[in-house]
Amino acid sequence: MDCVVTGGNVKVLAKAIHSLSRIGDELYLEPQEDGLALRSVNSSRSAYACFLFSPLFFSRYTIPLGHAFRCKMAIKCVQAVFRSLSSLEKTVEKCHIELDGEKSRLTFTLHCKHGLLKTHNLSFQDSESLQAVFDKESCANMLRAQPRLLVDTVLHFPPSLEEVSVSVSGERVWFRNHVDDEAEQSKAMLTELCLSSDEFDHFAVGAQTSITFCLKELRGLLVFAESTGLPVSMYFDESGSPVVLSVTDSVLEVNFVLATLSDDSNLCNHNNNTKRARSPPPPDDFMTDDIDSYLIAMETSELAGPSDALAPRSPSPNHTLTTPPSVAMRRLERGEEEEEEDTEDTERPPNKKFRSLFFGSVCPSDSQLTNQTIKSQEVLASDSEDDTQASLP
Amino acid sequence: MPLSTQSQTEGDNYVLVASLDNVRNLSNILKAITFKDHAIFNATPNGLKVTVEDSKCLQANAFIQAEIFQEFTIKEDSVGFQVNLTVLLDCLTIFGGSTVPGVATALRMCYNGYGYPLTLFLEEGGVVTVCKINTQEPEEPIDFEFCSTDVTNKVILQSESLKEAFSELDMTSEVLQITMSPSQPYFRLSTFGNSGNAHYDYPKDSDIMELFQCTKTQTNRYKMSLLKPSTKALALSCKVSVRTDSRGFLSLQYLVRNDDGQICFVEYYCCPDEEVEEE
Repeated sequence: MDCVVTGGNVKVLAKAIHSLSRIGDELYLEPQEDGLALRSVNSSRSAYACFLFSPLFFSRYTIPLGHAFRCKMAIKCVQAVFRSLSSLEKTVEKCHIELDGEKSRLTFTLHCKHGLLKTHNLSFQDSESLQAVFDKESCANMLRAQPRLLVDTVLHFPPSLEEVSVSVSGERVWFRNHVDDEAEQSKAMLTELCLSSDEFDHFAVGAQTSITFCLKELRGLLVFAESTGLPVSMYFDESGSPVVLSVTDSVLEVNFVLATLSDDSNLCNHNNNTKRARSPPPPDDFMTDDIDSYLIAMETSELAGPSDALAPRSPSPNHTLTTPPSVAMRRLERGEEEEEEDTEDTERPPNKKFRSLFFGSVCPSDSQLTNQTIKSQEVLASDSEDDTQASLP
Repeated sequence: MPLSTQSQTEGDNYVLVASLDNVRNLSNILKAITFKDHAIFNATPNGLKVTVEDSKCLQANAFIQAEIFQEFTIKEDSVGFQVNLTVLLDCLTIFGGSTVPGVATALRMCYNGYGYPLTLFLEEGGVVTVCKINTQEPEEPIDFEFCSTDVTNKVILQSESLKEAFSELDMTSEVLQITMSPSQPYFRLSTFGNSGNAHYDYPKDSDIMELFQCTKTQTNRYKMSLLKPSTKALALSCKVSVRTDSRGFLSLQYLVRNDDGQICFVEYYCCPDEEVEEE
């Protein structure tokens, strides 16, 4: 394998690697005919990212003939090659990536100014192919926005926030912080942002829905998207199905596939994945966007405000909305808590509650080399903690 | 060591008096060699030399010429003492490290001689602080016997690029290997860390290479932990000379410009780690 990246693309490559380091500890590298794929997955397999650099991204792109080559290495080691991002642009003229099959080393050579040559010989391990199973084209909902919009949105959430909830209706999108521990409900600060559809480049909502996923991983993608200025597309279905965040241009395709929190209240009972009948959500109280009326609504004995009405975790019919508002709020949140296995252990990583993504761990056939794959595939790997829950298609 | 019982009034008992309008011209240089607590001071009519050593394998020297000082009076040919360098630096920076333009801390350093403490008078904005630091018998600095006639390879580089290289060095590597050669790779810094090895090559015709005199291909390894402190001196410097002798001993000499643009020198001597076969 012998690839050369020149000029500004070196920084793009470096940013991609830094972005992948927000997902997992290992970098999976696979030179394919359609480009160089850099992938990473987190330990609980609930987040996956893939950067596919087409051959045009490189000034030279030669891949090994014959059997496919795949390897993985500690991502920190590769990050060390591209240490100071800010000086990369100014000092690095080109980056040469070569495979030394005999010595099992991947060599990154940076040609810098002043004639300085930085050579990094990294050892790697052979690995199986890492591909997530998803089909973004079939998703019911799709949003596309300039990265600046999303960056400005997530800026309102504290860096420590684990999960964010995104709810869509025909005209609007709500971003909320997700607080799942009942004990914290009364103490937590709840933040909610509403964006209207015209702030998006593309807004296609098939069904009113709400998903909750890990914010840290979204931020990892946004950092990359913002530096390249490319719009971010979001493809999702109902909660429980993974959300695909995508950034594309002519030489590069990035896909972040993140698991979303599933609707728990009925899942264990019904043990299937069909959509539950929901009571139609109350009218959109944000029509007037009047914060005062919203506050008044919260304080009176009437139903709680819009955020309540559009809570992602719609209660099952048993939890009616006729109970007093403060109690209703708690019940709404509790609805999903009851089915949770362990709520007392707040130290457990949030990924435990997410469905794991299912990966094809066998070599894909040629037609499946790209990430736009596969509507159905047998489950081959799953998070052992999800054994009690249904399997996804 | 007996504490000085001399009164605070000025006397003629000082064997060494050195004054600076801006104490940073001394403290900054000393920070570049502070990797051990104790430093050996040696003053001669030429100026001040401060030496710090580590495990008999590494020696750092800072030279501040007499011309740098606003006043430098020495009554003997050579005045030597040893002090705790960390304490000395704490005193020199007692007014804080801020660099507000126009505001400088002035220093008057006085020493009575053997057995007496080192007295520092520091003044900023009308406030005076007096510090007395106990001195000890100065140890004899190691003579690395590094002589310029035995130098096999010498390069002088502009520090900027080397600073970047040193800041990126793989710290999981126990050694830093330096290869100097009249042929490829000319001047190479190598590390051998957990993830693999890395090489930083500077060609002899690079525009940052001010001097390139290599007579023989030499590869030597030095303990990373010993060389790490030298990065402080590198950070302050604008040029560095790298020399190795026939035994593989390393001499790094840093040209440092102080706040007033005056030149001082810092040098590091380091023993090689072991014999290395040519790779």
